[in-house]
Amino acid sequence: MALLIHPDIAARVDRLEIPWSSVGVDPYGVEKVTLSRFFSGLRWFYRHYFRVRVTGAEHIPARGRGMLIGNHSGGVAIDGAMVLASCMLELEPPRLAQGMAEKFIEQIPFAAMTTSRCGQFTGLPENAERLLRDDRLLMVFPEGARGTAKLYHQRDSLVDFGTGFMRLALATGTPIVPFAVCGAGDALPTVYNAYEIGRAFGVPYLPFTPWLLPIPVPAKISIHYGEPLRFEGTGREDDEIVHSYVEEVKSRVAQLIEFGRSQP
Amino acid sequence: MKVLIPGISTPIARLFAKRLAERGDQVVGVDRRGWPDAPANIEVHKVDVRKRAAEDVFRKLRPDAVVHMATVSHFAEVTEERYRINLGGTQAVFEHCQNYGVPHVVFVGRHTFYGAGPESPLYHVEEEPPLALASFPELADLVAADLHASNALWRHPEMATTVLRFCYTFGVTGHGTLAGFVRGKRVPTVAGFDPLFQFMHESDVVRALELAIDKAPRGVFNVAGPAPVPLSMIIRLTGRTRVPLPEPLLAAMLGRFGLPKLARGAIEHLKYPVLVDHAAFRRATGFVHEVDERGAIDSFARAFPV
Repeated sequence: MALLIHPDIAARVDRLEIPWSSVGVDPYGVEKVTLSRFFSGLRWFYRHYFRVRVTGAEHIPARGRGMLIGNHSGGVAIDGAMVLASCMLELEPPRLAQGMAEKFIEQIPFAAMTTSRCGQFTGLPENAERLLRDDRLLMVFPEGARGTAKLYHQRDSLVDFGTGFMRLALATGTPIVPFAVCGAGDALPTVYNAYEIGRAFGVPYLPFTPWLLPIPVPAKISIHYGEPLRFEGTGREDDEIVHSYVEEVKSRVAQLIEFGRSQP
Repeated sequence: MKVLIPGISTPIARLFAKRLAERGDQVVGVDRRGWPDAPANIEVHKVDVRKRAAEDVFRKLRPDAVVHMATVSHFAEVTEERYRINLGGTQAVFEHCQNYGVPHVVFVGRHTFYGAGPESPLYHVEEEPPLALASFPELADLVAADLHASNALWRHPEMATTVLRFCYTFGVTGHGTLAGFVRGKRVPTVAGFDPLFQFMHESDVVRALELAIDKAPRGVFNVAGPAPVPLSMIIRLTGRTRVPLPEPLLAAMLGRFGLPKLARGAIEHLKYPVLVDHAAFRRATGFVHEVDERGAIDSFARAFPV
């Protein structure tokens, strides 16, 4: 295939069960060549830089809709990128997990273009629901931007989960696969978030590390997937009920973080 | 079937009229631009649809179906006349249809009704309001015409009203917003953005219109064909050269240096996609496109080589 594409990734992208059009684009604008380049780059980080170790990947449904729900492990989007890579590299057939990006990304030149060609869309409920009804695999970090803003000493903690994902899961009958990412906070230890400077650049904040720039060090990262959780409902339940379901998912993610931290 | 087509002189309307005439329908057109070399079996009245003479055509013909295609975009008409054509024309067509007992009227609208913006859902469904109008006021008259047509559904329940919101046309005629934009050798884009474009070949547009008058579904329907394609890929596959420019520079250069003239609000459409979900039209009429995205792109490229 084309330049900068690893043969293993090219073969895996070919095995993705995605309805490519005659020009190699899916109905959501995911483009085969860009996707292959993106994952070829991620593969190197996944295998050689962060030496990612994964447990429980068999819990991710091989086909059909699914929602991966997990923790932000600090810093920038290393956690999400490694979860995407694990679905592409550890599953057979491989799957494209599709993240729900922060809205501000859509307005940043080049960022929006790259994310959407790789299947990562603005986190709008309409987009998420459409993808699920189309039997795609969604990756959601219910902690949102507050989760990536965690400082080094908070890296393995959880902040409040939003409830939107649960209403969506109930409305679409989607199984939830909880996961924990451990170690991304060590790769990119945030010591200070500059909110004012960030806003000037059109992003929520700029993270600073002890070496100032948000450049990750090659710390080991692990990802732990748990058994799927299924909730019955319509998505129109009272807040108290939805909150109780969300707490159940959150406590499962917390257990998986503990499990991850206990691993050698 | 007796079919009256206001706005018959546009390339798509001509193809549609010829198709209907071929299959034995009686086709009559109204257009202020006329159609000098129209086939003998198509009757064309060179008259503005808002004029008295146009009303006479409705009165005498008593059509079984009216397909209103007499709207213009800001590319074709930049003056206030556009408002009068789009709104006044649509109002006149619906009044005549009601006055002369037309059983079925089809309004041919555009999918740009929904507008483009960073927080728009990727695919629009018919229930959505036109949220992005503020950033593109030049669309206001077309949106108003669409809404005027749509409310005929409850104003005139005795008449079957079909409002179609078509995606872009792309193919041999070179007609339409997208085709016009990529016609030149160099096509400007906003650096760092590459929106998806949804388009369909003229032959599929004609087939969709045919199904609309045959099945006469009541309601508002998005109409689209194959999967959308990124603008950069359309430019490359048609043999054009993409010229990515920073947004402020592009805004300043539009209409100069041989670049297409676009309204300021149209820049949003070069940054964000407008895609429509056409499942309802498919269900109502059984429409399935025949020319895929590559076929449409290739036919445009062959018809308009650089």
